[in-house]
Amino acid sequence: MAMAHVGAAEQTHAPKKRGKKTAYLLLAPGLLWLIIFFVYPLINLAETSTKTPAPTFETGEFVQTFRFMNFIDAFVDNQEQFYRSFIYALLATVLALAIAYPLAYAMAFRAGAWRNFMLLMVVAPFFTSFLLRTLAWKQILGAEGPVVSTLQFLGILPPDATITATAFSVIMGLTYNFLPFMTLPIYASLDRIDYRLLEASGDLYANGATTFRKVTLPLSMPGVVAGTLLTFIPASGDYINAQLLGSPDNYMIGNVINSRFFRVVDYPTAASLSFILMATILVLVIIYIRRAGTDELV
Amino acid sequence: MALIQIRGLRKTFGSVTAVAGITLDIESGEFITLLGPSGSGKTTVLRMIAGFENPDEGVITLGEEEITHLPPFDRDVNTVFQDYALFPHMTIQENVEYGLRTRKVAKAERARQALEAITSVKLAHVADRLPHQLSGGQRQRIALARALVLRPKVLLLDEPLGALDRQLREEMQIELKRIQREAGITFIFVTHDQEEAMRMSDRIVVFNEGRIEQVGTPEEVYERPATRFVAGFLGVSNILEGEASRAVGGSGASISIRPERIRIEPDSYKSSGEESALVGLLTEVAYLGANTIFIIEADAGARISVTKLNQELPSQNVRFATGDRVLAVWRKNHASEISV
Amino acid sequence: MSRWFSKNLIRIYAAIAILYILLPIFYTIAFSFNDADKRNIVWRGFTFEAWLNPCEPIGICESLGNSFKVGITSTIIATLLGTMIAFALGRYNFKGRSTTNLLIFLPMATPEVVLGASLLSMFININVGAGLVAVTIAHIMFCISFVVVTVKARVASLDPKLEEAARDLYANEWETFRRVTLPLVAPGIGAAALLAFALSFDDFIITNFNSGTVNTFPEYVWTASLRGVPPQANVIGTLMFVIALALVFAGQVIGKRKLAKKS
Repeated sequence: MAMAHVGAAEQTHAPKKRGKKTAYLLLAPGLLWLIIFFVYPLINLAETSTKTPAPTFETGEFVQTFRFMNFIDAFVDNQEQFYRSFIYALLATVLALAIAYPLAYAMAFRAGAWRNFMLLMVVAPFFTSFLLRTLAWKQILGAEGPVVSTLQFLGILPPDATITATAFSVIMGLTYNFLPFMTLPIYASLDRIDYRLLEASGDLYANGATTFRKVTLPLSMPGVVAGTLLTFIPASGDYINAQLLGSPDNYMIGNVINSRFFRVVDYPTAASLSFILMATILVLVIIYIRRAGTDELV
Repeated sequence: MALIQIRGLRKTFGSVTAVAGITLDIESGEFITLLGPSGSGKTTVLRMIAGFENPDEGVITLGEEEITHLPPFDRDVNTVFQDYALFPHMTIQENVEYGLRTRKVAKAERARQALEAITSVKLAHVADRLPHQLSGGQRQRIALARALVLRPKVLLLDEPLGALDRQLREEMQIELKRIQREAGITFIFVTHDQEEAMRMSDRIVVFNEGRIEQVGTPEEVYERPATRFVAGFLGVSNILEGEASRAVGGSGASISIRPERIRIEPDSYKSSGEESALVGLLTEVAYLGANTIFIIEADAGARISVTKLNQELPSQNVRFATGDRVLAVWRKNHASEISV
Repeated sequence: MSRWFSKNLIRIYAAIAILYILLPIFYTIAFSFNDADKRNIVWRGFTFEAWLNPCEPIGICESLGNSFKVGITSTIIATLLGTMIAFALGRYNFKGRSTTNLLIFLPMATPEVVLGASLLSMFININVGAGLVAVTIAHIMFCISFVVVTVKARVASLDPKLEEAARDLYANEWETFRRVTLPLVAPGIGAAALLAFALSFDDFIITNFNSGTVNTFPEYVWTASLRGVPPQANVIGTLMFVIALALVFAGQVIGKRKLAKKS
């Protein structure tokens, strides 16, 4: 990168310093922290994933037998939850995009004096507890809540029907949870667009839809990519929404990992599942980033 | 002894050679301009004098002291940056005081000196504002005041007028020249604009591809270009080479003649011993208001352009029309031999 | 009328989206005033009862204190470590750049349940007890990446000429950093610290894996939700919301005053 620009060095002069020692000193503590408390635990998890119960059959005791079949068993036993996790996460991502993009667009180009206020409203959920908000949805959508009673009063819902404990409420909860993570990056990339570009395009293409398709959308793609990743990744591993807003029929892979760890104390299976989840997400993310044409991840 | 001595200075970035070994003396109190196209190495030389880049080879001395590898803050040299580089989070007053503050000048004294510097660039009324509240021209003057308040031995100016519109630019050229004369500080000025260089400089250093092509007063570099590059970069020039050069009695080396030094005569004209002449066909006459340009295709194989000032009406230049056979005539001492 | 409607369609859409975002927040605030029994689910009348006795439910204020302890500690450390990495990435050329970028990106691309599970399995393997220390370690780990990304953007947008100008005006490296670089990057560091605190304070999944028998506020809410969340939890949620809003407004006002003072 830096090499390619030396020809222009005469004009731009942004050569980075080459004090390598300082750079490594700055990096060392943080990277060390990540290596000890992120990379090493993952290695530990990998090690755990091929263990089998100790011959004593004592709860929580496992020995290393390099049983790679653990992965296959874990996947086969929990296929349904895996597929469900990715389908729910995908639907939530699409829904969040559908809500967030017009919202971010309105904030960037149509909000005028309301812009800062809207921005504050979008980040407002960060100011209240995520669990409290999810519990609020449980009440709002619950059997005794206002939505169900209104719909029942209007005769749209039969008297014994519910909204919670369905796929709908879980996906809605996921969408709601990650909406700010979708909206903010899209807003940031739209906000960077020089409005004169859009006017110039309006001048050249004359049509609003074409301007959007040829100029606005491509320029906001980095925001869309970042937003969809920040929604899809945590959504596919979430278990709070499924537990609070769904029923066991809606459980996702996160619920399984959680219960394997805490209720069943089956660490190898939980570890195998974690690895399969992480690997699948990484593969999906890499394919997605390649196709979306964004290389700069961070 | 020259104030600044540069000896064998060389700098490469990766595989690109930015400065290919230059030697230059800069006298105290002079206004010297480093002129060249972008990428010619002039800014890199300036940045090495300032201390922002470390040369790969060579020596720079300032006065008695070698400064080649001193950090910028240990050099009695200050810079006016291309985009001014005013600190956006400090007021104008704080910006101008900054250098005094790092030099531990007492508070009252530095406030006084800063205000004086701001007043000298006629901006005392904006001292409490932030840089983004100023116009481009105002920011330019503040950048100048911020450097001058430190009374450096040498002031480096990196294309400081590049971002200004034409009229403001001309005003600032005069202003800069005035400040330089009054303060008696050495100015090293970088630009790619030859007119700006001619207008302001005591001496011009012409750069190309990391090398110095020529050093001289504006008149010297214009009238006696040493190389083909200089002849072409400062104004327009006719270059005669090979057969065309020999046809006017040259050795075959390249010869440069400025278009305004050539007159056109009928092909019956007999040139004197002090004159050179080439016969050819007048192929183009272009009226440009202040002057008229003629193009002559010489028989000896050169394309000669001639500029005539339109001093009278009707123009005396209508004596010739395209298709005429004419002589291009010039005084021998107006032509100069150039190296390639 | 229909012209007005189609012209303002996107604004109406945005307004509805914002209502959707705010609805559960309003609901949380409203139910802090509910004259509830143990199950704070149905509206039974207005009261200040919960507001007057916020610490009445056993463990609630203790869990809040734990959340603050963990949040403040991990914010300080993560902001420091992350800012250092951001400066290294934004200011220096060094070998291992892409590996560093990957190491920063991966924790953000890893589901929380995996992060939590892997840390717990390590703590189990090396026999370190779960608890507030383990939780703080975990929070620092996942906050670093977010700090790096936020601060790096600010460092990258900083004009290197400003630092050169400072050095030209006789400031040495440290003075340049303190008076020019740091003040210019400070808003980014501030934003990163706020983000880190919000992420830490609100985290449940990773915390729950590593906290053992100690409770943070989100864990208190989770445990309580099995029996019925007391309105005091809504009081705390509301308070946090109001304090955060007040901080934002104070920040805006101070920023404007500074500008007004200078001009």
